[in-house]
Amino acid sequence: MGINPDTHQRRAFLNAHVLDPGSGSDILGGVLVEGKKILDVGQSLFSNSLPTDVQIIDCKGSYLIPGLIDIRAHLGEPGDEQKETLATAGRAATAGGVTSIICLPNTNPVIDDMSGVEFVARRARKLGLAKVYPYAAVTKKLEGIEIAELGMLSEAGAVAFTDGFKSISNSRVMLQALNYAKTFDLMIVQKPEDLILSGASSMNEGEIATRLGLTGNPPQSEVIIVERDLRILEITGGKIHFSNLSTKESIDVVRRAKERGQNVSCDTAPPYFALNELAVGDYRTFAKLSPPLRAESDRQSVIDGLKDGTIDVIASDHCPQDEESKRLPFSQAASGGVGLETLLPITLELFHNGHLSLLDALSFVTSKPAKLFGLPGGRLEKNAAADFALVDIDIGWQVSEKTLSSKSKNSPFDGRPVQGRAITTVIDGRFVHDPNELANT
Amino acid sequence: MNQNNDLYQKRHLLGIEGLSPKEISALLDKSETYVAQNRSADKKKTTLRGRTIINLFFEDSTRTRTSFELAGKRLGGDVINMSISTSSIKKGETLVDTSMTLNAMHPDVLVVRHPESGAAKLLSEKVNCAVINGGDGSHEHPTQALLDALTIRRRRGKLNGLEVAICGDILHSRVARSNIHLLTTMGARVRLIAPKTLLPAKVEKLGVEVFHNMDQGLKGADIVMMLRLQRERMHGNFFPSIREYFNFFGLDYKKLSAAKSDALIMHPGPMNRGVEIDSEVADDIGRSVIREQVEMGVAVRMACLEILTENFDGSRVSSS
Repeated sequence: MGINPDTHQRRAFLNAHVLDPGSGSDILGGVLVEGKKILDVGQSLFSNSLPTDVQIIDCKGSYLIPGLIDIRAHLGEPGDEQKETLATAGRAATAGGVTSIICLPNTNPVIDDMSGVEFVARRARKLGLAKVYPYAAVTKKLEGIEIAELGMLSEAGAVAFTDGFKSISNSRVMLQALNYAKTFDLMIVQKPEDLILSGASSMNEGEIATRLGLTGNPPQSEVIIVERDLRILEITGGKIHFSNLSTKESIDVVRRAKERGQNVSCDTAPPYFALNELAVGDYRTFAKLSPPLRAESDRQSVIDGLKDGTIDVIASDHCPQDEESKRLPFSQAASGGVGLETLLPITLELFHNGHLSLLDALSFVTSKPAKLFGLPGGRLEKNAAADFALVDIDIGWQVSEKTLSSKSKNSPFDGRPVQGRAITTVIDGRFVHDPNELANT
Repeated sequence: MNQNNDLYQKRHLLGIEGLSPKEISALLDKSETYVAQNRSADKKKTTLRGRTIINLFFEDSTRTRTSFELAGKRLGGDVINMSISTSSIKKGETLVDTSMTLNAMHPDVLVVRHPESGAAKLLSEKVNCAVINGGDGSHEHPTQALLDALTIRRRRGKLNGLEVAICGDILHSRVARSNIHLLTTMGARVRLIAPKTLLPAKVEKLGVEVFHNMDQGLKGADIVMMLRLQRERMHGNFFPSIREYFNFFGLDYKKLSAAKSDALIMHPGPMNRGVEIDSEVADDIGRSVIREQVEMGVAVRMACLEILTENFDGSRVSSS
């Protein structure tokens, strides 16, 4: 784990291809770091002579980008330590170029009071890996009945509120949550799913589910709640963010709501623009996700939503599951896939496949999530935290049990050849992921 | 090794989907050879002497389990029945653990029935013997489709070109799915007749025609295949009452009159008399081949056990 610089240690990362999606800047140059902060970014940091008190790190032309900001990850701790801990998730994150994570409150106990928020933040700070910002629950114990202490939770450090994997089903509770959140100008994050309609389903409804004899989840189960919540938002005002959008219909509805000027944002996750329901194949439980992988036409619509800006952010939706939870008949297997280490390469596929420019693709995992959730980071600018990654965007590797650092290996991309990986990850000026030992050069 | 066996070379029998007409015919031809033997006084052969067959049933079954047991014993194999209630599975031991334990006892064939779709496939990935899917959730029940096909083929001399109506609870039925795959692969035309609540989404993509009315659906049918209403799998409003269901979708002589005058009536059993089928129709010896289906079941399972054991022996030789 890298070296700990004293607070005034200066390091210059030179000969880099510096990309800052937030400003749209794309230069050949370097970044000068002092202690935890970025002191300067530019084309010619030391045009005349190299000062002697600065450690020089030659980036050899690789890309230097802001550290990724992942707004949706389940980190396992407390309660699911057999699947993931803050330490293993932190290593997976930094190996994936992720420097900040907003973690879900679906822990045991649920993060629905101040001590939970503080526990996670303190544990993560001690580990010194990726920075962790907790979501807190909208409703106590995620039961969807009583609203949690949103105001005090926010003061304790919760950046936004969500019931995580669970959709808030009761319309009146949603109305009151949005109303109450507006009092403190807080954001409610909803994973839209009509739980009664989706019922005991385990994959997308359609021909494949019919062939496999599995109960289907109709795509309408998502848009019904998106539409409902937007109607409630008309009453309450405030802001709502929809997570994990997977269907054409719900993206269309959000697009129209944005055109009307409603205060709505949304995200999707890599599986929804890189895979479709065919990935389930012959009962592959690693491809069992929530929402389920949808039809090919939905996948195309997610890409369209990213291209026209309807979708604001790409989140990893990291959801570690141990072997015992996945090695079951499909309908009994747990949903979810690990995603921290594939967030970067799968997002880069949008660039490699010609859907987005490199800067635009990276903005979905850097500047945009930082801005939406008011987090530090996501930018390369003077006085910003020195959180960034050196990335080889072309390097090929195969996703597998062997190449993932996460404690659980349940990647929906298992076996997939991908392109792009973090070479080095720096957080607050420290080398937290540095397999090539650039820090010692 | 005889010629028929060369045509079904898979290690397992997990489903009908994906089998070629040749593979299906090979299984049916082999089954045919056992029909006469099963009718003779001396039913015992020694083909599977020294082989162990385990019937691993996670769901209640009388006829399928008995049929596999008889099939194994008539071929001289040792058959062990294991019935595991789903409740004991919930106590901790998983399907995979159970199958690994059994695998350590070196069975030659595992016949598995399980309430979840995909269970047979999962099990086949974890053991190194042959696996026969004896019914997995709502997915497939391949030996049932084979025995239905054998029954039809013996009565009509062919499968190609026949009009087959499958009626009732298609949604929950593994029998329906296996039959759809088998019959369409062999060139029969399949119609499904059911209320919309008992049909899975986009089922027409399986190459069938869909009807919601018995008179229209049965018109000109050669075969009328009734399905059991699987009320144990139903949670919710699939139909309002038995009375209403029987009125519109239960098979009686009036509805049957739309089919060809010599149309055969089939049912995979066990029947809910007065629910999906009228007793009189079910017991009509001129039309109903329901008991013949049971008879063919033993022959089909003997053929499957023999062919898979031979294939497994082949793999044992080549891997040693």
